[in-house]
Order: sequence, then structure tokens, then C-alpha cells
Amino acid sequence: MIRETVIKVENLNLYYGKKQALNNISIEMYKHNVTAFIGPSGCGKSTFLRVLNRMNDLIDGVKVDGKVIIENNDIYSPDIDVVELRKKVGMIFQKSNPFPKSIYENVAYGPRIMGIKDKNKLDEIVESKLKQAAIWDEVKDDLQKSGLSLSGGQQQRLCIARTLATEPEVILMDEPASALDPISTAKIEELIHELKREYSIIIVTHNMQQAARVSDFTAFFYLGTLIEYDKTKKIFTNPTVKQTEDYVTGRFG
Amino acid sequence: MKQKTKWLGYLLFGVTGLCTLLIVAALIYMLAEITVRGGHFFTWEFLTANPEQGMTAGGIFPAIVGTVLLVLLMSIVGVPIGTITAIYMVEYAKNDFIFMKLVRFAVNTLAGVPSIVFGLFGLGFFIQFIGSGIDKVVSTDGHLVWGQPNILWASLTMALLTVPVVIVTVEETLRAIPNEYRAASLALGATKWQTIRKIILPNAVPGILTGTILAIGRGAGEVAPILFTGVAYFLPHLPSKLSDQFMNLGYHVYILSTQSTDVEATKGLQYATVLVLLMVTFSLNFIAVIVRYFMRKKAIQ
Amino acid sequence: MSEYLASIIIKSVAFVSFAVILLIFVFVFKEAIPQSTGDGTKVAQEELQSESYGDDISGAVDNTVTEVKTKHESEEGVQSIANLTGTEWQPVSLKPKFGLLPLFWGSFKVTLLGILMAFPLAVGAALYSITFAGRGFREILKPVIELLSGFPSVVIGFFALTTVASAVSSFFGVTYRLNAVVGGIALAITIVPIIFTVAEDALQSIPKHISEASLALGATKWQTAVFVILPAATPGIFAAFLLGFGRAFGETMIVLMATGNAATMSLNIFEPVRTLSATIGAEMAEVVFGDTHYSVLFLIGALLFVFTFSLNAIAEFWVRKRLLKKFQGSA
Repeated sequence: MIRETVIKVENLNLYYGKKQALNNISIEMYKHNVTAFIGPSGCGKSTFLRVLNRMNDLIDGVKVDGKVIIENNDIYSPDIDVVELRKKVGMIFQKSNPFPKSIYENVAYGPRIMGIKDKNKLDEIVESKLKQAAIWDEVKDDLQKSGLSLSGGQQQRLCIARTLATEPEVILMDEPASALDPISTAKIEELIHELKREYSIIIVTHNMQQAARVSDFTAFFYLGTLIEYDKTKKIFTNPTVKQTEDYVTGRFG
Repeated sequence: MKQKTKWLGYLLFGVTGLCTLLIVAALIYMLAEITVRGGHFFTWEFLTANPEQGMTAGGIFPAIVGTVLLVLLMSIVGVPIGTITAIYMVEYAKNDFIFMKLVRFAVNTLAGVPSIVFGLFGLGFFIQFIGSGIDKVVSTDGHLVWGQPNILWASLTMALLTVPVVIVTVEETLRAIPNEYRAASLALGATKWQTIRKIILPNAVPGILTGTILAIGRGAGEVAPILFTGVAYFLPHLPSKLSDQFMNLGYHVYILSTQSTDVEATKGLQYATVLVLLMVTFSLNFIAVIVRYFMRKKAIQ
Repeated sequence: MSEYLASIIIKSVAFVSFAVILLIFVFVFKEAIPQSTGDGTKVAQEELQSESYGDDISGAVDNTVTEVKTKHESEEGVQSIANLTGTEWQPVSLKPKFGLLPLFWGSFKVTLLGILMAFPLAVGAALYSITFAGRGFREILKPVIELLSGFPSVVIGFFALTTVASAVSSFFGVTYRLNAVVGGIALAITIVPIIFTVAEDALQSIPKHISEASLALGATKWQTAVFVILPAATPGIFAAFLLGFGRAFGETMIVLMATGNAATMSLNIFEPVRTLSATIGAEMAEVVFGDTHYSVLFLIGALLFVFTFSLNAIAEFWVRKRLLKKFQGSA
């Protein structure tokens, strides 16, 4: 099977002021696959995720060197438009963060800022994306209700619909289910499985079962270093590195 | 579309930047004009001499003394009452009590009530009610002593304006003191009052100080509350007892610039008086900022 | 023993101050109720009367006026209440008229002018501060603008009277040097820092994860500020508006010095106005205790009190309730 690379990272280092948080990371992630980042907290997996759509730019004193190549462009080269990048690489956060607007307006927000004004077109996008995020049936009768009136799991799926509406190629998910109950978590995982057909997904999780369930590839991070990266099956059954084995078998973490 | 977004961004930047610029420019212009035009007349003599020739020459010494006396009396009354009330609200009162909610609400919203209304209260309560009451008992010849405007009533009126400011500031400081301190002290067998005196109050001193300085800064510039509770247009002598009237910097500015016979002739004096008033209020505010800064630094250590 | 004493002292001082706070409400309203002049006050009345009415009536007719006034006292009380809603404010004349409408109109006119200038400026600056200003610059900008609130209102009134009035009359070539526009500009200077501070806090307090969501969707910084942060902060900005409005409405010294103080009902913004607060400030010192005029001035005070107090109350409730609702999601 020939896999197409969607993101290629070469020799990436990241510093918070003087402190180095990510250490010479090189990794290739593939189209229409789910890649999971695992590792103990503070290992740099979330920081690395935020490297991929430059959300780290918002934090003072962060410096990055190395290359992150998406569609033949280094996203850290000076002529790249961060705004365009973030439309292409969407993000779902740990804590669901709908805007204090209606459900409809939440989903329509992305298309609107891209200049779509036609009401029919917007209606169409909102419906299709809510359907894609598997929440349409639950909200179709009250699209004008505040996004914040939904339950935690629904809010997270609304955020996913909102991200889908900007037509991204890659979706980054930062522990998207860590604040949710088991049933909502199952729904999100199911959704990830569905979305993989059209999008490439990279998910950070502290839950190893989740990584094993949803991902095709798994990267194990420890102390800012990428320890091992392979097919998920291999990582969980027959890891090459001792540290990975210790972690996935629960000996530390 | 991308182009349009970019230009809209520039437009917003321009418009909001202009707003900011305008505000800052107005501030700088006011400061510059007052400093430059008042600076010419700002001499040692101006600060220490009495007004002369129907207030068209001379200095503003009585107005400075009157202002200082006013804010001193105001703080002597207002600060302890405000502080003690704040201590009560934090350390004694039960907060879910509806009465306390009402009080807190009244204290917070009182700050937005126009100061002229406080002046009315001063007139109605202190002068007409209490003052006249005292006169009825004390003076038999019907001569007014306390039932008319004087520095005491003016100071008490100003103290009323001060109390909410002090309450809010002190309350904030008291609430910032960790509960562990109280628990630790009480667990060592200290009584409530001992805890307040030995633990709470020493920690609250900077807050009380800031509250006081802010209140004085505000009080030094207020004119509306004293208009009819004690300020005088011109007095040949300084106030020597509580039933005397007094002169005041802010009122002096008002009088010179609106009621004087020859407004143009006293322009220089007016600017210089404004300069003095600004220097007083700004230096007080500045001291408050410094105190707060060191207070925070100390809290971090 | 000292324990008991301390708690008694603290409690009683606290309750005295609560009582005084309550008394403020009581007394301003109490004095607003017209009362008959008793013997005790008559002395004061006559003493004051000889010096008070200098502006409108020449000294020669002073005595007659006093007589007439005393005679008409009782009727006058009734009559003046009836025409509180009149359009003429002539408190010192043979037939005093206490129509409050021109004063209300004056207050609203000058306050509106002030807020129309101050609100866009202050909100614009707040938007600039959170959108375009770097962190270092923002930390300077805020205290600098707040410095404006350290100016005593008499100083701003003075500045309006001298500089602003001259600028306005040379720019617009107006008939009256002191007018509503001059007062409005001066009021704008005082309320800009209030509106700016409250609005900036409101914008700043929108949780970071909400703006992050917008940025992650590929919105620019300014789109995030205008389409997400600004709408979310509406209650706070509305509160800023109310607080600014209340402050301007009750401001006394500035309008007393800068607006010309003529009680007219004119629509022209370049004509002088007389506000409720300035009327109290200008007339209270010269009025007879217990007189109808005295009561009416207190009534104005009571109205000002109720108005500003409720504005503040609305501002406080609106912000708390609405913000909580918005971010906890029971809308």
C-alpha cells in the first residue's frame, strides 16, 4: 500500500525562552490516517501538536527551528500566511470552546470569515457539516439555540462541525475526549473513524486504550523527544524501544 | 477576499488607533497647557501669600490650608469608619445574609451617585438637622453657630464620599489574606480579636493606606459636595475652629474663572491654581500606585 | 473582656455606617417634601433673604419681595407642585416657575453629546488595546488613559471654559461661547477613562479558549476581535455605556462652568443649557431653608439620585447575570 505524506517534520526544536521543550523531532504523517501522540504529561505531545498549525505563535517567547512541510511548503518559512495555514489545519481543543453564539452561527463562522454571504449556501454548509459531525439529528430543531446550551459531548461535536466547515485537510485534536463521559467519548471516537475517510487526523491522548482503538499510527513522546513511531499495532504489541514498552504496559506514566 | 480582509484590517487598525491617539493627545495637551501657562505664576510666594486686591493678585495660601484641613478632617473620620466597616463585613458578618448583600450593593452603587447629592445630604442632615438641633439647645439668642455651613460639616460630607472608597479597597485586601492564616492563628488558641489585631490588620495596612491616599486624592479635587456645606469665596483669616468656613483650591478655581469681576486679569493665577491642584491630586495618586506596587512585591515574597 | 469590647465596637461602628448609608436615601427624599416654614427658620430666612436675590431683583424692591413671598408661601407651595412639568424654570421672581422639563432636557442634551463623543472613542481605543497593541504597549496605554480620571472635574471644567470654548467658537463661529457642545466635550473627557477601563476589562475577560477557537479556524486577529470577542463582551460594554452615562448625567462642576446655564428647551446644540445638577450647584447656596425653591432643589437631587443609582444597579446586574448566563450556557 502506498501512503501519501500529509505532514513532514524535519529536525524540529522548540524553546520556551531558554528552555528546550522539543528535541530534534522528525516524523512523517500520512493522508487519511489517524496518527496518535501518546506519552506522559509534560512530554511535549500537545506542544508538538500546536507546532503543526502554529498556535504556539500566540505564546510569548516561543522559538522554533527545523522544518514542517505541508503540501511542499515549510509552514515556518517567513512568506507563509498563518491564517491560510490554520484554515487548512484545523484544531479541536481539550476543552470544548463553542462561541457564545447560536449553533448555526458557530458553524457558519468559518465560511463567513472566508467571505461566503449567500444564505442558502450557508444553510447548506451548516447542515452538511453538522451531519458529518454526527450531531445534526440532535440539534436540527434548535439551530438558533446558544452553542453553550448543549451538553459537553455535543459541544465538542459542534466544535468539530465548526472546524469541518472551513474545509481543512488536517484536523488536530488535543485530547478531545478527556473531559467527556464514556458514552460521549465513544461517540467522538466513532466520529473520528468516520472522518478519517476525508481528512487526515492527528490526535493527542493520554488514554492508551483510546490511541489503540482509533489510530493507525502512534508516536510515543518522552521528555520532549520522539522515542518511537510506528503502526499502532506494532507499538502496542511489539515495541522496539524499552521505554515505549514500559509506558504502554503501564509500568510508568 | 483575502485582499479585502487585509484592507478591512488596516482600516480597523487606523480607526481604533486614531481613537487611542486622540485620547492620549487630549491628555497630553491638557497637561502641557496647564503646566506651561501655570508654570509662569508658580512661585514660592504664590504658594505662601494671601490673595490680594480682590483676589486679582497675591497667592493662594488660605486655599491650600483649607484644602489640607478639609482632607485631613475627612480622613480622620472616614478612614477608621470605612476600615472598621470593612473588617466587620469580612470578619464578622455572615455573607449569605440578605441584609449584607443589600449593604454591599448599596456601597458599590453609592460610588456612582453624583457628589452633588452628597452635598445635598450634608446640607439636609448635618446642617439643617444636626446643626440646627444643636443650636436650638445651645444658643438661646437664636444666633446660628452650627446650623450653617462650616469646615466640620464639609469634612463630614466629604467623609461620606470617602467611606465607600475605603470600604471597597480594604475589603479587597482583607479578602486577599489567605484563610490559612486565620485558621492557623485560631488553632493556636488566639481569639477572634487577637487574630484580627495580630494577623489581619498588619496584613491589611497597605490596603488601608492605598484606600486612604486614593480617597484623599479624590477628595482634594472635589468641589460639588462642599459648595453649600462650608466653603467660602474669600476669607481674610485662616479657619481656627470647627465652626469656621474655609477656602479651597478647587472652589478657588471655579470662582476665579466664572464669578470674578475680571476673569481675564486673573488668567495666570487661575492656571497656577489649577497646576497646584493637579500636582496635589496626581502626586497622591502616584503615591497610591507606589504603595500598591510595593505591597504586591511584598505579597509575592 | 477586650474581645467582647472589640466586637461591640466593630459592630456598632459598622452599623452606624450602614445607618448613615441608609440615611442618605432618607434625607435627600425627606427634604424634597415641601414643608411649612416654622418659627425657628423664619429668622434664618430673613437673614439670608437680604443677600440672596441680588441677581434678578434690584435691592430696592427686596423688602417688598420678602413680604409678598411670605404671604404667598402657602398658595405657592401648591401651585408650584402643579407646574413641575412646566417648560419654564424661573425660581426667583414674583411668580416663581418651577418647570423641570428644561432642566431634564438640558441634562439629557449635554449628556448625550458627551456620550456620543466618548463612547466610540473609548470603545475604539479599548478595541485597539486588545487587538493591535503589543503587551508592553498595552501595559503603558491603560494607566495613561486612566490618568485622565485623576483630573478633578473642576480642572476639566476650567479647561473647557478656557481652551475648548475658544476652540469651538473659532471653529464653528457660534453665538454663545459657552454651550452644550463645549459641555459635551468636557464631559466626554471625564467619562472616556471610565468607559475605556470597563470596556477593556470586558474585552479582556473573554476566555482565551474562545479566541483560540476562532484563530484556529483561520480567522485573523481583527476578525476574532470584531466577530467573536466584541459580541461576547457586549454586556460589559453596555455596562460601560451606562456607567459613563450616569457619571456624565450627575456631573456638576463641569456643566456648571462650561455650558452657559440657560434653562432653554432649544434643539440647537450650540446653545447654552442648564442641567439638573448645575441648577442645584448654582442655586442651593442662595435659597431659603424650607422654601418651595429649597424643596424643589432637593427633589431634583432625589431624582438625580434615583436615576444614577438605578443606572448603576442595572449596570451591575446586567453584567453579572448576562455574562454568567452567556458563559455557563443556560441561554
